[in-house]
Amino acid sequence: MSKTFSIGGIHPNDSKFSKDQAIEDLPIPKRVFLPMNQHLGMPSVPVVKKGDRVKVGQKVADPAGFVSAPVHASVSGTVTEVALYPDFQGKRVTTIVIETEGDEWLESIDRTQQVKQEITIVPEETFRKITEMGIVGLGGAAFPTHVKLTPIEGMAPEYLILNGSECEPFLTSDYRLMIEHGQEILIGAELMRRVLGTNVNGIIGIEENKPLAIQAMKKITANYLQWKVVPLKKRYPQGGEKQLIDALLQRKVASFALPISTGAIVQNVGTAFAVYEAVQKGKPLISNVLTVTGSDLSVQENYRFRVGTPIQDILEAAGALDKDGKLLSHFVKVVNGGPMMGKAVVNLQAPVVKSSSGLLLLTEKETKRREPGECIRCAKCFQACPMRLQPYLLYQLALAGRTEELDEHRVFDCIECGCCLYTCPARIPLLDQIRLAKNALLKNKRKK
Amino acid sequence: MNKLLVSPAPHWYGKETTQGIMRDVIIALVPAVLVSLYLAGVSALLVLMVSVAGCVLVEHLIVRYMMKKKTTVHDLSAVVTGLILALNLPVSSPWWMVLIGCVVAIGVAKMTFGGLGHNLFNPALVARVFLLISFPVQMTNWAVANGIFTPENPLIPGFLLGLQGQLPDALTGATPLGIVKEGLANGVSIKALAAQHNFSYSGMFFGHMSGSLGEASALALLLGFIYLLVRKVIRPIVPLSIVITVALFSGLLHLADPIQYADPLFHLLSGGLLLGAIFMATDYVTSPMSPLGMIIFGVGIGIITMLIRVWGAYPEGVSFAILFMNALVPLINKIKPFPYQKEVKRG
Repeated sequence: MSKTFSIGGIHPNDSKFSKDQAIEDLPIPKRVFLPMNQHLGMPSVPVVKKGDRVKVGQKVADPAGFVSAPVHASVSGTVTEVALYPDFQGKRVTTIVIETEGDEWLESIDRTQQVKQEITIVPEETFRKITEMGIVGLGGAAFPTHVKLTPIEGMAPEYLILNGSECEPFLTSDYRLMIEHGQEILIGAELMRRVLGTNVNGIIGIEENKPLAIQAMKKITANYLQWKVVPLKKRYPQGGEKQLIDALLQRKVASFALPISTGAIVQNVGTAFAVYEAVQKGKPLISNVLTVTGSDLSVQENYRFRVGTPIQDILEAAGALDKDGKLLSHFVKVVNGGPMMGKAVVNLQAPVVKSSSGLLLLTEKETKRREPGECIRCAKCFQACPMRLQPYLLYQLALAGRTEELDEHRVFDCIECGCCLYTCPARIPLLDQIRLAKNALLKNKRKK
Repeated sequence: MNKLLVSPAPHWYGKETTQGIMRDVIIALVPAVLVSLYLAGVSALLVLMVSVAGCVLVEHLIVRYMMKKKTTVHDLSAVVTGLILALNLPVSSPWWMVLIGCVVAIGVAKMTFGGLGHNLFNPALVARVFLLISFPVQMTNWAVANGIFTPENPLIPGFLLGLQGQLPDALTGATPLGIVKEGLANGVSIKALAAQHNFSYSGMFFGHMSGSLGEASALALLLGFIYLLVRKVIRPIVPLSIVITVALFSGLLHLADPIQYADPLFHLLSGGLLLGAIFMATDYVTSPMSPLGMIIFGVGIGIITMLIRVWGAYPEGVSFAILFMNALVPLINKIKPFPYQKEVKRG
C-alpha cells in the first residue's frame, strides 16, 4: 500500500495531457517585464535605472530584507523603464522592463550542458549562493528558499522532503524536470540537505501516476545513501506541505505552527533544480519550466521560459493565439497554475514570474460555474477537507459576519486547496466566502 | 484584447450534482419498488404513482404560486420523498390518504421550513406518522403479500374507495412485529407464534413479509444500500450504528429471556428497520454531518426503536425513533470535529 495523507482529499481526473512533451526552450522574448513581487515577503528594490545595459544573470534588484529575494536580468539588453505595470492579476507593481539585445551572459555562469556532479562547496557557501541567486520556492508560494533553510532555535530538521507529487491536475513541469534532469534535482536537493545538517534524511515523494519519474528518481537515489523515493497514492492536495509531511512521516503540523515544528522541511523538485543551477553553475533564477495545457489537445507544451516573458508570447508560441494575436475563441480563461489553486489571468500582457508552473487554458464548459443551489447538508465538503474543517459552517459564519466564531472553528487552518468547492454538489461558493472572511479577519487583526 | 473570464480558484469542479445524488437514491430504491410491484401488482403501482406525482405536484405548486420562485422539482428530491412515502404505506392505502401524505410531507414538513436543505424532520416520515395517527385503521390493515396481478385484485377497490372492511380476511394480516407484540401480551411464546403464523426468516429476507410496500424484502433494501455505498452517496455509519445497536439491545434481552423476547435477527428483518436505517436515517438534510455525530444519531435511533418495540404501545418504533433523533441533529452538529492537530508532536 502506497502512502498518502490521512484526512480528506479528492480524486480529480489528473488530465496530464502534456506529460510526453519534452521540455523545449522558448524563443528569447523581445522584451521582459520583471516585477518586484515575485516572492512572498518584502518587494525587491531595483538597482538599475532607465538606460542601463544589463547582461543575462546580472542582478537588477536587491532584496528588501531577510524575507525577500533579489531579481536578475533574464535577457541581455537595455533597461527601458522602471515603472508600475499591472501584473497578471491586474495589481500594479514596480517592474523593470528590459528590451532584449542579443543574448549575452555573465561570464561567471557555466552554460555548458554537462552535469556538475561533485559537490566541492561548503554548506555556508551554498546558503550564500541560494540567497544571492534569488532562489524562491517553485512549488507555488514562492517563499524565499534561504529563509526555509535558516535554522530555527529548538527545531532541528530531521527530514528534507523533496516534493515531486505535482498533485495539481494538468501540470507536468515537475514531472518533465524529474525525467529529464533527475540527476541535477538530486544534486540540488543534496546541497540543501547539507545546509540543513549531515544527519538529515532526504525523502522524495512522488505520486503513483508518474511511474517514469519514480523510476528515474529511484535509479539516481541508488547512489545517494541518505535519499530515498517514496511513491504516494494519487490524491489531491498531496503536494500541500502539511499533507505531504503527513503522508510521508505521519506527522501533523499544528495550527499556526511551521512545518519545521514536525522536524521536516519541504522543497519542491523545481526549487532543487534551481539550487543546482545556482550553486553548481552560478546561474541565478532567471528561467523555469512551465506547462501550457488544457483539455484542448492541440495546445500541450512544456517550456523553459525566461522569467518576465509576457504571457501573450508564450501562448503565441504554443499556438493558442489566432493570427490577430487573440486567444483562440473557445478558451475563456487562462489560469496561472493548475485548476485547483492557480489564479486566473486578468491581463495577457503581464509576464510569467519565477514561480510560474503552468498556463492552463480552459473552455467555458469546463470552468463556468453553475448557479449555486441549496445546501443539502451532505457533508461532502467536510469529508473532502484535508484540514478537517467544516466548510459549510465556515461559509455560513462568514456570510453572517460572525468572525469570532470563525477563528474558533480554525478558519486559519484553511489551506485554500479548493476541495470543498470542487466537491460541493450544490456548487455553493464555500471557498470564496471563506477566503474573503480570512482576509477580513487578517485585516482586523493587523489593526489591533 | 480578449475578454477573459476571471474568477477565484478552483477553476474546475467535480461532476456531482444534487440532482445526480437524488437520482442515485431513486435507483437504489428500484429493487424495493420492484419487489412491491411483484408482490402487490397494480395496487402497489397506484400507491407509488399517486405518492410520487402528489409530492412533485405539491412542491411545484407551492414554489411556483406561493413562494413565487422558479420551480425546484427538477432536483428530484420530491420524487425521492414520494417514493419513500409510498414505501412506508400499506398496499391498500386509499388514494386520498396517499395524497394527504404528500401534502403533509412536502407542504408541511419540507416547504414550510424553506424547502430542500432546510427541513428539520424527514418529510416522508412526518407524513407517515401523521397518517398513522390520523388513520390508524387504514395504516395498519396490512394486506398479506402473495403476488396478485389479476385485474380482480381486491386491493384496487381498497385503493379507490378506502378500506371499509370489504377486504377478504385472507388478504389482511398483521405484521410479524404486531403478531409478536400481541401474542406475547397474551402469554404465547415466540416459537409458538412463529409456527402458528408461518413466518420464516428466509421469507422476511426475500420478501413475503406483510407490512408497508417497502418493508417486504430485506434483500431488496440491502441491494439499494450496496448501490448507495458504491456510488458514495451515503456513508455506512448511520445504518450500521442503528443495526448494531438494535442487535445488541435485542440480543441482550433475548439472552436474558428467550421466551419473552425475540432474537436479534427477527428485530433486524422485521418492520421498517432496514428501510428506515438505509433510506430515511441517512437523509442528508436531517442527519448529522460528522462521523461521531452519525454514530450518536444511529445509536439513539436503535435504542429508541427497541424501547418502543419492546415496551411501547406501538408494535413498531423506527419512524418515531428517527423523527426524535432528527430533532436532536442541530445539537449533535454542534460537536466540533477533532482538530487537525492540537499541539506540536514530534515522533
